[in-house]
Amino acid sequence: MALFSRSPIAPLEYSRTLWMRLWVGAVMVFLYAPLIVLMIFSFNDSKRNVVWRGFTTKYYEKALGNDQLVEALLNSLTIAALATIASLLLGAVAAVMLWRFRFPLKGAVDGTISLPIIVPEICLGVAFLMFFAAVGWPTDLVWPFNLGAITIAHITFCFPFVTMVVRSRLASFNREQEEAAKDLGASEWQVFRDVLIPHIRPALVAGALLSFTLSLDDFVITYFTSGPDTITFPVKVYSMVRFSVTPEVNAASTLLIILTVILTFIALKLQGVKAIAETH
Amino acid sequence: MTETARPIIQIQNVSKRFGKVTAVDNVSLDINAGEFFVLLGPSGCGKTTLLRMIAGFELPTEGRILIDGQDMAGIPPNKRPVNMVFQSYAVFPHMSVADNVAYGLKIAGVKGGEVKDRVAEALELVKLGGFETRMPDQMSGGQRQRVALARSLVMRPKVLLLDEPLSALDAKLRAQMQFELSELQEKVGITFVTVTHDQDEALSMACRIGVINKGEVAQLATPSDLYEYPANRFVADFVGSVNIFEGKLTLDEPDKAAVDCPGLGKVYLNHGVTGPHGADVWVALRPEKIYLHVPGEGKAVKAAAQDAPDGYNFARGKIKGMSYLGDITLFEIELETGARIRVSRPNLSRHDQEDFTWDDKVSMHWRADSPVVLLG
Repeated sequence: MALFSRSPIAPLEYSRTLWMRLWVGAVMVFLYAPLIVLMIFSFNDSKRNVVWRGFTTKYYEKALGNDQLVEALLNSLTIAALATIASLLLGAVAAVMLWRFRFPLKGAVDGTISLPIIVPEICLGVAFLMFFAAVGWPTDLVWPFNLGAITIAHITFCFPFVTMVVRSRLASFNREQEEAAKDLGASEWQVFRDVLIPHIRPALVAGALLSFTLSLDDFVITYFTSGPDTITFPVKVYSMVRFSVTPEVNAASTLLIILTVILTFIALKLQGVKAIAETH
Repeated sequence: MTETARPIIQIQNVSKRFGKVTAVDNVSLDINAGEFFVLLGPSGCGKTTLLRMIAGFELPTEGRILIDGQDMAGIPPNKRPVNMVFQSYAVFPHMSVADNVAYGLKIAGVKGGEVKDRVAEALELVKLGGFETRMPDQMSGGQRQRVALARSLVMRPKVLLLDEPLSALDAKLRAQMQFELSELQEKVGITFVTVTHDQDEALSMACRIGVINKGEVAQLATPSDLYEYPANRFVADFVGSVNIFEGKLTLDEPDKAAVDCPGLGKVYLNHGVTGPHGADVWVALRPEKIYLHVPGEGKAVKAAAQDAPDGYNFARGKIKGMSYLGDITLFEIELETGARIRVSRPNLSRHDQEDFTWDDKVSMHWRADSPVVLLG
């Protein structure tokens, strides 16, 4: 086998030692086995979905034909899109501000900006529930304005992530580039547009995709802020599971997983490739 | 160089303080149009701060800076008729070479056709013709520097500022770029102001050098004047290698002077120094201006040193250290007084390095026009 026939294992080549491979393999199984089982059983031709009864794609048709489920997905995508745009603007501006300027209470802002990431989601969910009740947030608006409460909640926990990735990218910015642009006649705004934005673009893309997936996936906070007409995809799946775990749920979940994986992959790819190209 | 020196940059009583630290201390100097001016000094001496004040990135705490007769107070960097080549080059990584060079022209609103012509011309000037579509990450450090140069030159500034332009290059490339920068400067006729801590760089490229020490101008002179007629101990020591001995001025007439140095002996000069009689002075003697002999050759020594009276400009010692550098050999000699002196000797033949070895007794002499008497 290739494992044994190659050159001897060097002292630091842990990835080629047997025990390390077994360990990594075990981690992979524990992490991904449940997801793979879920995906496989989405093709199960059985209503109970406990034992394998043969291959079918009818539950995908059923899931996509379920108006409530499709509506929930549409809600989720709308919220994710709105939350992403807002988080991107808010997060990027906050990052640039904290990096570039000195202002009163900067320390306090810096310290609390990532609070929405740290605070347990359940607390944030309850807090939003009470907040929207206290301010008397209208619940009878027409679509898509009825998604306002959920969107605001999502922006709250998404934008700190954008701030984080943009700030780490800004740390590698060579201030001489800014001065060079100014030296060549650029105004503050032109420096921002022509030099700073291109530099943080990979972080903006990564932050946007991060926000989008976080928003799309969120259950806890959404559960507390959604009303009867504003069901999102994860909340809908949860309510379906309460009756029975049919392959329809598996199919719907599989679609969500695939969407999330694709977006995450693009985010990593864009950030990685760009970052490598620009540091060398 | 222009025949009539016209100052393009006038620095008048400029000081810059960062909190309690004084980076630049009451500096006044004029830089003439068309010259290659070098600000030379050790790191942290304030030379870069001075350059950044000319560019407009720092504002003087006191004093004023005039460029082409115009006071620069209140004029931001993007409105000044100067351009800068940064130490890190600061080439925009997301733009191609052509876009980098065209950036300033586009900001200035120059029309497309003219932009293209001027970019091509600038790239040709720095020998980067044909590199238009390259991205900076596909280029070497030396090539990126050329892009930075072209990007500044294309703006046709009145003055080009260069911050440690050669510090990031390897020795061979640095020597080549020194030559190319001088050539380029002559070709475009723009005033170059360069900051460096490297004396070789300064001596080889500059028309005039301003030596900066602790925020002040230590000396302003041409490269050869700086080396041969240093104004003070700092300049003598910083520019090139030198032996410095403390002494007392015993004779000072218009055509001769003598200094009695306890460490070196009696030093005779064939010119006056106009210092107060009996004053404490320092004698600076360059290692290459000292002749080394085998002690037996007394007559030869005397014959060569006949421009000084008996007993002057002559010393004996023992070789304590030797380093063979190929073109020259460097000797560290302990004098009979106990002081140490450095002497360099050119290897004129292929066997010269065999003439002396460790612990050899040697005699040395120097000509009466070699020592420099420093009052400060």
